[in-house]
Amino acid sequence: MDLNKNAIVVKGLGKCYRIGQKEQISESLAGSLVHFIRSPLHNYRKYRSLYQFSAADKQQDTGAEDILWALQDVSFVIPRGEVVGVIGRNGAGKSTLLKIISRITDPTSGYAEIRGRVSSLLEVGTGFHPELTGRENVYLNGTILGMTRKEVQSKFDEIVDFSGVEKFIDTPAKRYSSGMKVRLAFSVAAHLEPEILIIDEVLAVGDAEFQQKCLGKMQNVSESGRTVLFVSHNMGAINQLCSTSLLLEAGRLVAQGESRGIVEQYLESIFHLSEDLDLRNTTQRSGDGRLRFTAAYLQSASGKRCLMPIAGEPLEIVLEYESQQILPRVKFLLTIFNHMGVAVTHCTVDCAGQTFMVEPGAGRTICRIDRLPVPLGEYKVSIVAVDDWGELDSIPTACVFRVETSHFFRHQFIPPMRYSTALVDHSWTNEALNSHFDRVERKMAMGETGALAG
Amino acid sequence: MSKISSSTVPVVLIRPRSGWQLIDFQSLKAYRDLFLLLVLRDIKVLYAQTIMGFAWAILQPLIQIAIFSVIFGKVAQVSTDGIPYLLFSTVAILPWTYISQTVAQSSESLVRDQNMLGKIYFPRLIFPLTPVLAKLVDFGISMLILLVVLVVYRVPPSWNLLFFPVFVLAMMALSAGAGLWLSAMAIRYRDVKHAMPFVIRMLVYSAPIVYSASSISEPYRSFYALNPLVGIIEGFRSCLLGTPMPWADVMPGLLISLLLLVSGALYFQRMEKIFVDVI
Repeated sequence: MDLNKNAIVVKGLGKCYRIGQKEQISESLAGSLVHFIRSPLHNYRKYRSLYQFSAADKQQDTGAEDILWALQDVSFVIPRGEVVGVIGRNGAGKSTLLKIISRITDPTSGYAEIRGRVSSLLEVGTGFHPELTGRENVYLNGTILGMTRKEVQSKFDEIVDFSGVEKFIDTPAKRYSSGMKVRLAFSVAAHLEPEILIIDEVLAVGDAEFQQKCLGKMQNVSESGRTVLFVSHNMGAINQLCSTSLLLEAGRLVAQGESRGIVEQYLESIFHLSEDLDLRNTTQRSGDGRLRFTAAYLQSASGKRCLMPIAGEPLEIVLEYESQQILPRVKFLLTIFNHMGVAVTHCTVDCAGQTFMVEPGAGRTICRIDRLPVPLGEYKVSIVAVDDWGELDSIPTACVFRVETSHFFRHQFIPPMRYSTALVDHSWTNEALNSHFDRVERKMAMGETGALAG
Repeated sequence: MSKISSSTVPVVLIRPRSGWQLIDFQSLKAYRDLFLLLVLRDIKVLYAQTIMGFAWAILQPLIQIAIFSVIFGKVAQVSTDGIPYLLFSTVAILPWTYISQTVAQSSESLVRDQNMLGKIYFPRLIFPLTPVLAKLVDFGISMLILLVVLVVYRVPPSWNLLFFPVFVLAMMALSAGAGLWLSAMAIRYRDVKHAMPFVIRMLVYSAPIVYSASSISEPYRSFYALNPLVGIIEGFRSCLLGTPMPWADVMPGLLISLLLLVSGALYFQRMEKIFVDVI
């Protein structure tokens, strides 16, 4: 029984690819001719060797130059019923790991033991055929994802209901809008009931309303005691859905543990990779120079630097500066622009009716935003310092940041970018207006105004 | 990759594979629903949005029969051992149409569905084997032509007809074998795609389709019979027309078809593990 406690056991898993060798280029006409004649043999050797690795190649560190280890010596254990996030930057080996676990590709070394039926969703709508009707596609897609025909049959009505394309279920899929196709495909996927579910970034599909539905469904799945492996760049979703996470970096497993800590470690590692804009030496600035900004960066409430703040969470924008003299009444201003160049918001110490006294030497000022109210996207911050005598320093692009995750609203619902530049706290109420009493009263009111008008 | 069944949950061990693998019939069985649905897909999709629909299954061989009958029967006056040319070519063109279409489709199956290949696991053998079953529908429909021709020429059914299922199976085995070999090669070397149409056109003349096998004289005849198409086409002719069964041609054909099927399956399994990596 003890053996059955683990759903996935991975030991020393590695996968290497031979990346394409350099093409020879001949400079002379004769050379090209010889090359052309010899190329079939050359090509044959090249394509043949693509996936053959000698023992020496498999020596993981000393191998040939053109060998890329997409995954190297990865070991972990996932207990039954756990929902595990897999995070890492592009090219860290996340997809390769999922492909090996879902048996799509073979590992080069190591092994993985999978206990239970696996369904993998590396893409929605795999195998959808445009000439088949929605109904036929549901059956085909369902069996491709590992259901039997009977299972699809028993869930068919549910699937169609969930997708919201009942009316067109007997129409060929090529007549569907792309949204309808994705919705139908996703609802097939959402009704899988394997013991182990492997998901890669499927939440990025469909319109906002449908996304909401899908997140709910995912929540159900994660609560139903199934083992889930979930790859996503949405750190909010990882935090919310996954109890633990794996962090991959350049093909290696660097951390495994509780999601919150792992997500933080990941975001931090991203920060270290991109450099601060050097404000000391930038020429893109104006102002009389009595004060000079030296750095501008973002930090989270706990004081950790971050490049990818989370919408809805507190954010501090830190401005460091140096001054040659005492400046008694300095005002700092900053403006956040979105990727379209639209000013999203403007923060100044004026708003608080304040001015600051700046001493000679270095100093810093912090602008704290309690709940970052911006939709997902890329932003830049421009900063200005002024006093009563004029502009001290002004830098149009002092720092940039990207919002990839939102906690602003519950359920992580994020309004689409094209409908919003800023997020606003709001609440809704709803009440019936057509009670008998209301109707009588409204009629009377209408009658009165009518009479007055007459 | 081996499957060990435990008391409750299936356990799959994923590890590097090397060398030759036996065919994993268990996992083929587990995915039989998918196999069936893919066959149905191929059948439904083939003539989607056509005016003629399944009539194409008749029209294609019919036109070929007509052309061959005029060119080789009337103009070139090819010898047919005394069989009316229309009858002679019809019984050969129908299996040939099946074989050529199935092999062509099967060989490109992996490349065509490479998107699926990289996104989802199921036994890869299903890809090249799907057309082998799906094309049987066309073959069945085109049998109507044969029925009409046999009735018109008043050919009585003979005891040889008992062998008909054997040759249908051999025809499928040959197509499947060639399809397995070619699809596994095509995904590594796309040359196959460019060679196929041309090779198929050539192959018509390698088998006794427009001419009679008896026109090949003895020293070459045994080599000629090594082409499995010869045995199968001659076998069909003998079954349907009641002429004596030319076992010397047929036996090598049946054996080689079987050999091709088994070796194709083994080669396919051996190559299977790298398919995704070479797309």
